[in-house]
Amino acid sequence: MATPFVYIIFLLLIPFGTPNLLLYLIAFATGLTLDAFYDTLGVHTAACVALAFVRILFISVTMNRDGFDEPEPTLGNMGFKWFIIYALLCTLSHHLVLFILETFRLAEFSYTLMRCFFSVGFTLFSVVLIEFIFYNRKAR
Amino acid sequence: MRNLWIFLNRYNAFFFFIIFFTIGVILTVKNNAYQRSITINSTNEVVGEVYQNLNVLKKYLNLGTVNDSLSVENAKLKTQLLALQNIDSTKAVTVTDTLNNPLYTYLSARVIKNSITLRNNVITINKGKADGIEPDMAVISPGQGVVGFVQDVSEHLATIRSLLHKDAKISVTLKKSNALGILVWGIGNSDFTKAFVKEIPNHFKVSLKDTIVTSGFSRFPAGIPVGTVTNTAVPTGDNFMSVEVKLFNDFSTLQYVYVVKYKYAVEQKELEAKLPNE
Repeated sequence: MATPFVYIIFLLLIPFGTPNLLLYLIAFATGLTLDAFYDTLGVHTAACVALAFVRILFISVTMNRDGFDEPEPTLGNMGFKWFIIYALLCTLSHHLVLFILETFRLAEFSYTLMRCFFSVGFTLFSVVLIEFIFYNRKAR
Repeated sequence: MRNLWIFLNRYNAFFFFIIFFTIGVILTVKNNAYQRSITINSTNEVVGEVYQNLNVLKKYLNLGTVNDSLSVENAKLKTQLLALQNIDSTKAVTVTDTLNNPLYTYLSARVIKNSITLRNNVITINKGKADGIEPDMAVISPGQGVVGFVQDVSEHLATIRSLLHKDAKISVTLKKSNALGILVWGIGNSDFTKAFVKEIPNHFKVSLKDTIVTSGFSRFPAGIPVGTVTNTAVPTGDNFMSVEVKLFNDFSTLQYVYVVKYKYAVEQKELEAKLPNE
């Protein structure tokens, strides 16, 4: 019922200064690799690109554009509150695209949404857990 | 011109999103179409090789269950053999030579990749074009039950559209009453042990624990056991019944499969292609 896709943590933790085009190319390549192994050509690719878009939007809204204080958007660098909202929005956009494209029909829409939300919870939990394991609070 | 460039550059995140997202969606749609031309999937050389290597450990760990199922199958075959040997040959019977003209032949193959958690699950096996496997062949499991249809074939590998796939439809009948139905999976259900039989005419009586077998109308040989009925009161909106079925084969421990080669597959396909599309 709920399937976690923990690999998106790789896209979440790409450093702040990365140019947009490079970020999209990385997301695209990641998605394509995943698709090759899941036999779902295009589904993960589109989902990863959607994640990259939400990531850029969220970072441009919440941080000042010139000069980032921190190198990477990790839990230790950014604090729990910022990170959980960031991870939630990114995971949600990724999973929505993923599940809707995977099902590819409207007849099962409510069931797909339910599966999607359960999976978002599962993925988010795993991502935060991993972040806590590698937690190192920077001395300010 | 310069203003346009500044505009594009300012909102580059959005435009890049449009470009890459469109590519992704186009790939998905192409992949959903019946004829797929791009092979970035597990019949691909590199990906197939990885799965084949990964499978070594899993194969070893599952030796016990595979052994058991093989010995069960052996016992069954030996019983059938015994029955054949003990035919009273003094009686005059017309012998039809079925050995030299079998309608279906089975090719055994090992599963090197399998999934059960997705909406559209695809199985990859280690036999391909070189072993005589072609798209649309039926695949059954060595114990009991159906597995799916061959989807893509490369030289030494093939992918199977498992029953746990949104496009998998298998023609089945109720063993008791011969009522026809269609076996599908995953409508409001992601349990890999359950499936639904749709479009059984309403006047048939279906009771719990009735056996469902294949009808022989699709590429499957007739009479292959599929599962037992567990719920007869599935609500539908039309004049047909739907029943819930517990499948005989366990997709989570699938190790070996038989690909069914139907002798007249090409002939039947050509003949049916002549029918006008309604």
